[in-house]
Amino acid sequence: MAKVFIFPATSLILSDMVERWGHEALGAATGIRERIQTPSLDSPPLQMTPEDPKKGLKYAAVEVPCGVRGRMAIYGPLIEEADAAIIINDADLSFGCMGCARTNELVMFMVRQQKGLPLLDIKYPETEDEGVAFVTQIKEFLAGLEGEINE
Amino acid sequence: MSRTEYIPTYVGTVTKYVFIDSPDFTPQTLVIRAYEISEGLLIKETCFGLQVTGEPEKVKNLIKELRTVDPTHIFVKDRGFPPGDTRRCRANLGGARPGYYGHEFESGLFRYISHGLKELEKNTAPTVTRLGKKKLDEGKLPLNKLVEIINNEEA
Repeated sequence: MAKVFIFPATSLILSDMVERWGHEALGAATGIRERIQTPSLDSPPLQMTPEDPKKGLKYAAVEVPCGVRGRMAIYGPLIEEADAAIIINDADLSFGCMGCARTNELVMFMVRQQKGLPLLDIKYPETEDEGVAFVTQIKEFLAGLEGEINE
Repeated sequence: MSRTEYIPTYVGTVTKYVFIDSPDFTPQTLVIRAYEISEGLLIKETCFGLQVTGEPEKVKNLIKELRTVDPTHIFVKDRGFPPGDTRRCRANLGGARPGYYGHEFESGLFRYISHGLKELEKNTAPTVTRLGKKKLDEGKLPLNKLVEIINNEEA
């Protein structure tokens, strides 16, 4: 079973595809769950503490807004932990404020820069034929990971 | 800044969304099936399917069983918060729950994914057109064309 980082990290379809074929999807829920299930000082709504932007310094420089660094404190460790990644390129749904937008760019950049990280770059299907291609490509990619892990 | 102690609930559990977009089964049918095999898991019915919370292994088994109801029309997603959490539940916040818009968008694509899964089951699509990644300059003015325009203006 491989750990697969998904982008958009909140993607329902990717999360399903990865789990459907027996792998573990690493998305926003994984990072958020870890925070809200850990006792600490109350820091609603996401239990992001002042420590998180400091952790984000590993991934983004100090002059980068703390919103980006805070988000990277969630996504950065997941990318490092991942055995593979799937990116949907035209994911307009992940659009948000500048913090979200810049974090998205940084996440995609980081994933592509990770040496030896198998990556599937794909886009959302817009027709039934593209749906077949989308599903087939993800299945083949995940099947290939099983071979790599066994080796 | 708040300095009160935070005591987490549902520690060691996972929560999963189960979406159903089937012509043959309703969320209600799915929830009744889930209750039948729930083994003490916390289940909440929603308009799109259900949410299930509990020990990871039990949740995994339940989802495996639920998928057999309609494999190509059931989609499962991980969730960070437990159901009804006051920080996320729209009963407390008002308006749509954060994250709803993403689900709404992707729900619109279920029909293509379901079609893909069916074709994959039938294995009738040995050759599929590969989806390339969207190029950064897709649909934009090519660089050489821009240079040509500038040169023409200067001439």
